[in-house]
Amino acid sequence: MAVLAEPVAAPLKRSSLWSRAFESRHFLGAMFMVPAIAILILFLAYPLALGFWLGMTDTKIGGVGRYIGFANFISLSKDSVFWLSVFNTIFYTVFASIVKFAIGLYLALLLNERLPFKSMVRAIVLLPFVVPTVLSAIAFWWIYDSQFSIISWVLIKAGLLTHYIDFLGDPWNARWSVVLANIWRGVPFVAITLLAGLQTISPSLYEAANLDGATNLQRFRHITLPMLSPIIAVVMTFSVLMTFTDFQLIYTITRGGPINATHLMATLSFQRAITGGNLGEGAAISNAMIPFLVAAILLSFFGLQRSRWQQGGRD
Amino acid sequence: MTTMDDQSVGMDYLESFPRKFLRVYLPLGLIIFFLLFPFYWMAVTTFKPDAEMYDYEKYNPFLIAHPTLEHIKKLFFETDYPLWMWNTVIVSVSSTFISLFASVCAAYAIERLRYKGSRYVGLAIFLGYLVPPSILFIPLAAIVFQLGLFDGNLALILTYPTFLIPFCTWLLMGYFRTIPYELEECALIDGATRLQILTKITLPLSLPGVISAGIFAFTLSWNEFIYALTFISSSENKTIPVGAITELVNGDVYHWGALMAAALTGSVPVVILYSFFVEYYVSAMTGAVKE
Repeated sequence: MAVLAEPVAAPLKRSSLWSRAFESRHFLGAMFMVPAIAILILFLAYPLALGFWLGMTDTKIGGVGRYIGFANFISLSKDSVFWLSVFNTIFYTVFASIVKFAIGLYLALLLNERLPFKSMVRAIVLLPFVVPTVLSAIAFWWIYDSQFSIISWVLIKAGLLTHYIDFLGDPWNARWSVVLANIWRGVPFVAITLLAGLQTISPSLYEAANLDGATNLQRFRHITLPMLSPIIAVVMTFSVLMTFTDFQLIYTITRGGPINATHLMATLSFQRAITGGNLGEGAAISNAMIPFLVAAILLSFFGLQRSRWQQGGRD
Repeated sequence: MTTMDDQSVGMDYLESFPRKFLRVYLPLGLIIFFLLFPFYWMAVTTFKPDAEMYDYEKYNPFLIAHPTLEHIKKLFFETDYPLWMWNTVIVSVSSTFISLFASVCAAYAIERLRYKGSRYVGLAIFLGYLVPPSILFIPLAAIVFQLGLFDGNLALILTYPTFLIPFCTWLLMGYFRTIPYELEECALIDGATRLQILTKITLPLSLPGVISAGIFAFTLSWNEFIYALTFISSSENKTIPVGAITELVNGDVYHWGALMAAALTGSVPVVILYSFFVEYYVSAMTGAVKE
């Protein structure tokens, strides 16, 4: 598409250098970018770079650090708590993401049916995503209480259990409990974005498949999934990104306990850097998350490329 | 969107109600129950007196025998909760407006002025969207401390735009792209300046996009936790999520009633805002992903 033509008439009226500068797209463009770029450089790009540097120093809160090379990473590599947090992060991300995707896709398909009060149902479904995570996590904390858990109470009344479950006191129970809370929070996002994707699939494809005698399963497998795959790639990348770097749920429900069994890399870095005061070591843990994030972003990048190509867009 | 409704290729009416009930309504009902139960539990606990809350034998835990406002009263009059709410409002509103202003300018410049290198800047801003707060908070804490912003609203007002601007810019770029070029060309021929074009043509036409971005940005800053937890230390400067989790727990004594009241009343403002602007909110959420 042709770029807007330079205004021809303007220089006749006003010819000072200043006003001519304002007619230039490049100058004006640069001026318009100033507020956004200033904030992003000062509070996003600079901290990102500072984070790399901090990870290689022994900075403590309130003190000036010395450059110590990779010493933080070497000590972390011998730190069993760090490796436990890596394991927990991967466990948390893998299980929560798979279930979120499965339930989210199923929910999207259900919401795509002819339903009464459809828009209201959709609005209700999105609530867990809208409400502040920490506040709903407090509700989960109470639901998982060791003495007054409503889940245990119901299971006992139903005769399935004889004693209360210690949700947050046992390492594996705690891990599954936070995974469940994460699924609860993440399903609406996956479902609603996939629903938006489903609504863009042309009904004529399904009509054609129907005439050819395709079954429900075949229509899902050969029309819905392929048409949805670009948006699935993007949604799941976002979902993995958010789950991998999650902090709020864990900090609220378990604070990393019992005995570090639910510490994620993000919560461990908070504990070491802010609670413990070792900014350098905390930053090193944050930096260790970056390779995983880059992998997720690359995945999203290729997903996006494919969607552009499929929609016949530019490049 | 309504035109796409007949997914089932017009055969829907052949399906009997019991079948559709088993195939659609039952699973949908179960999932919605799962999604809504924590809110129900939050509300029930908020209005339940302590005596009932800890006695499941005598009282059915799902119901409230004697509803009470005791917990809400305690929350509002015996804690700093009103201050937290005030801080949350100030921080969310200010950071949303700052981000919207910066994003409208940036998105217009990238999408319409097409200055040299604008495409790369657009891509860089999108990459900024992918940098999660949990790897930024440590160096940001050091910067906030150096700038003397520590433990004040300004620390949050200035740092929240780091995740709001990339999101809003990206969303607004998509909206600006849908406005026909010809309108701007007409205005240029009539002698309008770029600024006039932006304020009189592009902005009014992309108002839905600006509202979507604003609503989404507001809820994101209302919900933000890790920066607020790291940069704020005194109780009177905290936001609701941080105040609830750090100040309402005394050692091992959990005031569940007050905690649930805080969770409920802290959620209500965003839910009300959301209920008025559901369509905008959904289009912001799905738009950012679809682009």
